[in-house]
Amino acid sequence: MQQEMVKLVDVNKSYRDRQVLQHINFTVKKGETVAVIGASGSGKSTLLKLLIGLERPTSGEVWLKEQEISKISEDELNKIRLNVGMVFQYSALFDSMSVGENVAFGLREHSDLSKGQIEEIVEEKLAMVGLENFASYLPNELSGGMRKRVSLARALAFNPDLVFYDEPSSGLDPIMAGKIDNIIRYTQEKLNMTSVVVTHDMNSAYYIADRIMMIYQGQIIAAGDVKSIRSSSDERVQEFLSGGRGKCPKE
Amino acid sequence: MIIFEKIGAYVLSLLEVIGGFILLFVRAIGQMRHLPRFRHILQQMSHLGVDTLPIVSLTMLFTGMVVTLQTASEFIRFGAQSTIGGVVTIAVGRELGPVLVGVVSAGRVGAAITAEISTMKVTEQIDALRVMAMNPIGYLVVPRLIACLLMVPLLTVFGDIIGSFGGYVIARYYGISQFVYLQSINTFVVVHDFTGGLFKAMVFGIIIAIIGCYHGLGAQEGAEGVGKATTRSVVDAIILIFFTNCLLSMLLYR
Repeated sequence: MQQEMVKLVDVNKSYRDRQVLQHINFTVKKGETVAVIGASGSGKSTLLKLLIGLERPTSGEVWLKEQEISKISEDELNKIRLNVGMVFQYSALFDSMSVGENVAFGLREHSDLSKGQIEEIVEEKLAMVGLENFASYLPNELSGGMRKRVSLARALAFNPDLVFYDEPSSGLDPIMAGKIDNIIRYTQEKLNMTSVVVTHDMNSAYYIADRIMMIYQGQIIAAGDVKSIRSSSDERVQEFLSGGRGKCPKE
Repeated sequence: MIIFEKIGAYVLSLLEVIGGFILLFVRAIGQMRHLPRFRHILQQMSHLGVDTLPIVSLTMLFTGMVVTLQTASEFIRFGAQSTIGGVVTIAVGRELGPVLVGVVSAGRVGAAITAEISTMKVTEQIDALRVMAMNPIGYLVVPRLIACLLMVPLLTVFGDIIGSFGGYVIARYYGISQFVYLQSINTFVVVHDFTGGLFKAMVFGIIIAIIGCYHGLGAQEGAEGVGKATTRSVVDAIILIFFTNCLLSMLLYR
């Protein structure tokens, strides 16, 4: 049986009186790529933060690599996080470090690799995202798309077996978005990485995902493979897929 | 009743903040078991300490000069010019040095710490650290705490010397010789006048680092959140420095 990399059991999350996620249940198996879609403010990013342990659920269980993480200490959680990567929506690069140092950060802090070996890995990962000549640049000298690619290189530096992506292609031109999608596909097909991708970009979701899950007002309203989502009879799903075009705004 | 409710709410929020400072300090001490890289501490010492030296020097030079300016003519009138060096140096060593260096550092160093950490918070860099299995307290707070703990007393030593020198410059203007000024210091000043001040400076260093980091880590979203956190950090640190100074002066010099 395939290992369950991520499992949520009846998870609820609220901030003060506002319920952000309600009764979330889902599982992601090893090697799978799952796309999470939904309108802005539907709770997708909160879901990712719960999965990586940046937030704790109000109730329910969050399992990461077969360990329940919602009640363990930060130090215990860090042991699990060592082989997990995350690409942030706004890149979250360390702006006091160069691009190369950003990519090398995790390796320097958590591995016994020599300086030369780390430099080799940094070069390889930057080449993977097409930024091999930018190691000495500072993040503020790069465009938004380039920063996102550095963030991706940093997430992949440790060769994690699980990667979370928070809108990896938002704000990118179609060609660059396609390149990011190719890298996500490559990591799945060649490296057997598991990915959970939060995205608004349906073309990207269709291309990379084994399964798609739609969140609407904090609840999962549809989940299945690309074909079943596309043919869903749920109006809310169809409206999201079509972008609601063709409807006149109410007066 | 509303006024009592407001007072109660204010006291509660104040206690919550003070509790937060103490909790962060305890956590930082706990994180010291994984010693941070020496390079990080040196970077912070240079950034927070060395770069503050010019403003500390200017502040203490003028303070020493002004103290002498205000007291010299009165001392001379009573024939006590041979005590001026001692009086100025004791004032600088016990109170003015540590307090003014503390306040100047709170304005420069504390604000810099909060602005940097709060910007990291609102741009998700602290989340990125956590995702990369780094403890933000160990990585961000501990090096700054160690740097402030070492550099604020060191700045105070410089400040004391420069303050006393400022006093000497004005004493010369009033016709007091170098020998009389130095002899006065030799007669009246004891080591405890400086060690007590240095102990205070260490406490102020802890206050500046912990308050700076606390407000940085707790900053709300956006540029406004960074601004508010920085202002609160400076105000809280200065108030706490004055309060702690009063307490320590009573303990050390009563």
